[in-house]
Amino acid sequence: MNLQLLQEVTAFIWQEGDMLDHGEYDGWLTLWTEKGTYIIPIDPKATDFENTLNYAYDDHHMRQLRVQRLIGGESISTSPQPRTVRTISRFRVLFDDGVNVTVRCAQNVREFRKETLKHYSADLVYELVRAERGFRIQRKLVSLINSDDALAGIGYIL
Amino acid sequence: MSNLIPAINLAVDPAELVQSDRVHTSLYNDPALFDAELAKIFHSTWVWVAHASEIPDNGSYKTTYIGKQPVIVVRDRKKDVHVLLNRCRHRGATVCEHKKGKTNSFVCPYHGWGYALDGSLRGIPHPESYGDCIDKAELPLVSLRTESYAGMIFATFKHDIEPLVDFLGPAKKWMDLFMKQGAGYGIKVPGEHRFRFPGNWKIQLENTTDAYHFPLVHKSFLSSVDEQTLELFDFVKGPGYVEDLGNGHSVMVMIPDLIDLEADLDRPIPERFEALAAELREEGIDEPQVRRIVRAVGGTGFNLNLFPNVACSMAFFRVLQPISVHETEIHHSVITMDGAPAAANRYRLRLHEHFQGPMGFGTPDDSEAWERVQKGAKAGEDLWIMLNRGLPGEKPSEDGLVSDVSAETGMRAAYQQWKKMMQA
Repeated sequence: MNLQLLQEVTAFIWQEGDMLDHGEYDGWLTLWTEKGTYIIPIDPKATDFENTLNYAYDDHHMRQLRVQRLIGGESISTSPQPRTVRTISRFRVLFDDGVNVTVRCAQNVREFRKETLKHYSADLVYELVRAERGFRIQRKLVSLINSDDALAGIGYIL
Repeated sequence: MSNLIPAINLAVDPAELVQSDRVHTSLYNDPALFDAELAKIFHSTWVWVAHASEIPDNGSYKTTYIGKQPVIVVRDRKKDVHVLLNRCRHRGATVCEHKKGKTNSFVCPYHGWGYALDGSLRGIPHPESYGDCIDKAELPLVSLRTESYAGMIFATFKHDIEPLVDFLGPAKKWMDLFMKQGAGYGIKVPGEHRFRFPGNWKIQLENTTDAYHFPLVHKSFLSSVDEQTLELFDFVKGPGYVEDLGNGHSVMVMIPDLIDLEADLDRPIPERFEALAAELREEGIDEPQVRRIVRAVGGTGFNLNLFPNVACSMAFFRVLQPISVHETEIHHSVITMDGAPAAANRYRLRLHEHFQGPMGFGTPDDSEAWERVQKGAKAGEDLWIMLNRGLPGEKPSEDGLVSDVSAETGMRAAYQQWKKMMQA
């Protein structure tokens, strides 16, 4: 097992999670490749996400709009903003060809907003590309374990 | 408000709770009224259960609810559609737990009773013990009366109510118009967003015919769209209208230009669709069909509210399911053009994701507003929900009553039907 690589991708993904929990969205937007996609599927069996209905299928433009919506103060469901703490663990490198690295890990997010504490568990699959300082995200797939259940509004980035 | 209603009368006379310009807050929060609604509305009228494309083949099924009762919507070997209560006739277990799928039969997991796709009881394991005290013909899955129009399948527990087409009445022509967004390919429902909010189902019913909230609640959505779309959605002061279509149904026309998607096909293609049009041309689609697709791809300019549980809402089906007096589940079913070029359907999928669902730019704000209605409506004991917007301008129309686009005419229509049914 390539422990050094495991440590590198873990550090990168932890940093991303920390940025999201602390609202560092400008920095978060720079973590992506130009064509990077952020996907939250509904159907656990789906593979062709582009041609399937998802909760989110964001390119760079939609990520920018999503961030703007979260911080813009125009949306009653995100003001007050939810507070989140995410724990990411169980990292495993699934693929590595020297340029591209695929990593799967587990994420538990606790969300508190107004009077309610909620919990979302998901498998995350990152397709990363090696870049000058670390990695860029080519694809982030967030598979909620209850994705095909009825959810409530999620006013932050998973 | 000076209109006090003695609390003791609330449950006994729903008629007093609905007036021509307001409804009593107990309609949102009285559990006894909720139970009465299940019996007198959801179990007594036509309730939408599926779009035909959700059960395309022999043996295709989906499970859903009518009121709180679990049902299976299934297409049998002869292509006939049945709506069956999801309850084994032996000891009551559900015979199907999947949301959708394909099967040859339904077999109860408890003791193995097997039912055919039309609900008839086919097999009982180890029948010896019953001797001659059982007649399989008497114990099929309970089958509801099922009728459909324009691909929309409805079911009812009542065998003596009017045919579906009579219940829909003038709403039928709007359903036909709505289906034109198939651009000649036909309508397909390949998925949905499902979410719940802590509020009464009628809050959602009202919202589908509420243009008034749009610029305020959906400000963050409007900030995220291009100039042309922004102009299109600036409809509150525009020439749109709301029309009461009878039987609780209503239509809210927000963008009159988008009523008939097969009209004006020779108009220039709007700038925001140019990239899609170019992609379709590259795929070899001829110009008239490119124009037809592009005209239909964003959906219609109206919301058709069909009492009590479904709406044809611009580009999708909006379905509500009562969970309790203060909880409702909503399904936003996406619509694609069946067999159209993938690029056109990708456009529709992304459009749906942009506004709808728990991570959309619209739905969570609607949900927040409805939650606040339910919460705020706990305050006070003799207060009313006001529904008098657009009353002064309301006029008789060919199909009912019409007023301006942000009038509460559609809500008044729904509550008059509520009143009629709750008194029956």
